[in-house]
Amino acid sequence: MNQQIDEAQEAEPMETEQSTKKRRVVVPGEVIVSGEDFLPSEGARREGQDILASRFGLAEEAGRVIKVIPITGAFIPRRNSVVLGRVTQITLNGWVIDIDAASSGFLPIDESPRFINKNEMDQFLAIGDVVAAKIWSINVRGIDLTLKGKGLGKLEGGFIFRVSPNSVPRIIGREGSMISLIKERTGCDIGAGQNGWVWVQSDNLDSQIQARKAIEFVSENVHVDGLTEKVEGLLNK
Amino acid sequence: MSSMKSAGITIDTFKKLFTAGKRFDGRGLMEYRPFEVNFEVSNCAEGSARVRLGKSEVIVGVKMNIDKPYPDSPDKGNLMVSADLLPLASPRFEAGPPKFDAIELPRLVDRAIRESGMINLKELVVTPGEKVWTVIIDIYPINADGNLIDAASIGAAAALKSAVIPGITEAGTPDYKHRTKKKLPLSDETLPLSITVFKLGNTLFLDPTREEEEASETRTTFGVSKWKGSYMINSCQKSAPVCLTRAEIEEIAKLLPKKYDELNERLKKFL
Amino acid sequence: MAFKRIDGRKNSDLRPITAKIGVIPNADGSALFAFGNTIAIAAVYGPRLLHPQHMQDPETGILRVNYDLLSFSVNDRKKPGPSRRSQEISKVTEWALSPVLDLKEFPNTVIDVQIYIIQADAGTRTAGINAASMALAHAGIPMRNLVCSVAVGKQDKEIVVDLTKAEEDFDGGEGPTDFPLAKIANTDQYTLLQLDGKIPAERVSEVLTIADQAFANIYEAQKKALKEEFS
Repeated sequence: MNQQIDEAQEAEPMETEQSTKKRRVVVPGEVIVSGEDFLPSEGARREGQDILASRFGLAEEAGRVIKVIPITGAFIPRRNSVVLGRVTQITLNGWVIDIDAASSGFLPIDESPRFINKNEMDQFLAIGDVVAAKIWSINVRGIDLTLKGKGLGKLEGGFIFRVSPNSVPRIIGREGSMISLIKERTGCDIGAGQNGWVWVQSDNLDSQIQARKAIEFVSENVHVDGLTEKVEGLLNK
Repeated sequence: MSSMKSAGITIDTFKKLFTAGKRFDGRGLMEYRPFEVNFEVSNCAEGSARVRLGKSEVIVGVKMNIDKPYPDSPDKGNLMVSADLLPLASPRFEAGPPKFDAIELPRLVDRAIRESGMINLKELVVTPGEKVWTVIIDIYPINADGNLIDAASIGAAAALKSAVIPGITEAGTPDYKHRTKKKLPLSDETLPLSITVFKLGNTLFLDPTREEEEASETRTTFGVSKWKGSYMINSCQKSAPVCLTRAEIEEIAKLLPKKYDELNERLKKFL
Repeated sequence: MAFKRIDGRKNSDLRPITAKIGVIPNADGSALFAFGNTIAIAAVYGPRLLHPQHMQDPETGILRVNYDLLSFSVNDRKKPGPSRRSQEISKVTEWALSPVLDLKEFPNTVIDVQIYIIQADAGTRTAGINAASMALAHAGIPMRNLVCSVAVGKQDKEIVVDLTKAEEDFDGGEGPTDFPLAKIANTDQYTLLQLDGKIPAERVSEVLTIADQAFANIYEAQKKALKEEFS
């Protein structure tokens, strides 16, 4: 079931190679465009005639709408994001999960995929175990997680490692194309969380090494043209 | 980078990899990452060096003061090694009083240097019994990606090699604005380096990345140098409540001269 | 005799600038900024959970700055650990950077900025602010604009920018003056004002004018460093 983690992801802003949208790197405070017609969206603001960047990133003009897509920085939790996390504590009514964000996640016992007896919680998820979970609520108390959904649950075998969270959309690729390519060529199960943690599993150690190498290559070359061909080349070696 | 602890499945995978003699970055288990050394990274220091070992980076500076000698060694200069694990270098390093790692690291570097006899402290006397030079080595990790102790020891040796003694004013205080051309009284033959051996399950390995280091169960740091033609272990310390077997200790003892030569050769290219 | 600066620069000249981002791979954002021999590095971690909990603000994230010198960055070795001076500079740097940040998206969290001076030749706090501003941008933190910082000084009666240590130690005539400033780029909003020395009140405008050219040059260097990493 875990092979499907990436399919459980909602559509996220994604780097695509044949983008028709105009994009360029901007610094905070830089004027992106001028004119009454434009509408500032995420990461942008209007000052008089000008639309300015309110953070560092890729400014994108999609018709009249201007936004700035982050290309660097820490993971910012969003509702519906799928994340990988590590169980750090078992409480009376759920599990505390480190999701490598500014707040830890909480997985209530009712959000497990099946009924779990309160006395047997650690048999389902023990400290140090890894889960793929979805963020279903962010509130003042913290981040609430669920395992209900396709591709979510405990991850068995393999290993997890971290890449830049901002490179995850590219690792998944358009409609999952990049991750599918790497899965297919290496024969590994792979799941990427929006928090930058990636899970790779295979019984073959060399395949695991190769899959990780390919994923790290994508993560470090997000802005390179023709990335798919380069990854294919790497996997053919 | 994250502050998440190693997951159980990840540690199991490392065990399998190491047992098969493999690593994610393609190195052999006893292979160091490439390193480079730059000098004069801080021009107010008497000597300084930056070491990049893989993605780990450490800056080491040498400063010299004039102090009283210790009562039990009136005819010797003083050596002091300190380190600060700056929160700049890792999400794992926190501000506040030094944790044990920050206390242990400079002590390990200190003992490797002191016991090797690399510095002839007797030549650092200004006025016998009254004034001697104190050599202070300060170690700062800038980016922590595993094996900081070995990186720090390479940096300390390099910074010492590059250090130049300050002048002395008429009042008998150091004159940092008028440095002499005199290098520190260092042995030509003896260059102490630390080699830290890590263990996970039944496998020994060297120079871990942070992720490998965090999966490891114990480490032992050896201060090694060459003295009168033979390889000397000058200091050593095993960490963590995990054992090394006799066979492992003997294996390490055989390995150290080889690794020492390799590191020394690589370091010499920068000196 | 015409006034001449110790290193031959014109009164309005900065020392050569070095600016670079991504110098600390572990950090969420990082940068190096140097004015000549003064080298500052900055790392940003966060937004991350703020400990202790009683310091958390449920309405916004908090900026926390730590500035310090490496012990060997100055001639007389600085004892490791915070000093009164470094604590004050940490705080004024926090005040210099906060006005451009919008941390409401990140309640209960902290953005940690760590600034260290590797080599000091005067102007360390201003180099630190420039590095930190770039590192915050690099960390993707929502911010209205970059912050630029420079020290203006006086050598006897001459107003000069970006003093070296040798110039700060000048003791002829009216003596030396150090007037560090920071400004939100492309605005007339100042976020850091400190002064030690003697500036005649009627010459303040002159100081601000000479600083403007410096701010423009610093901003260009910051912008270029941020962009070249991704193009």
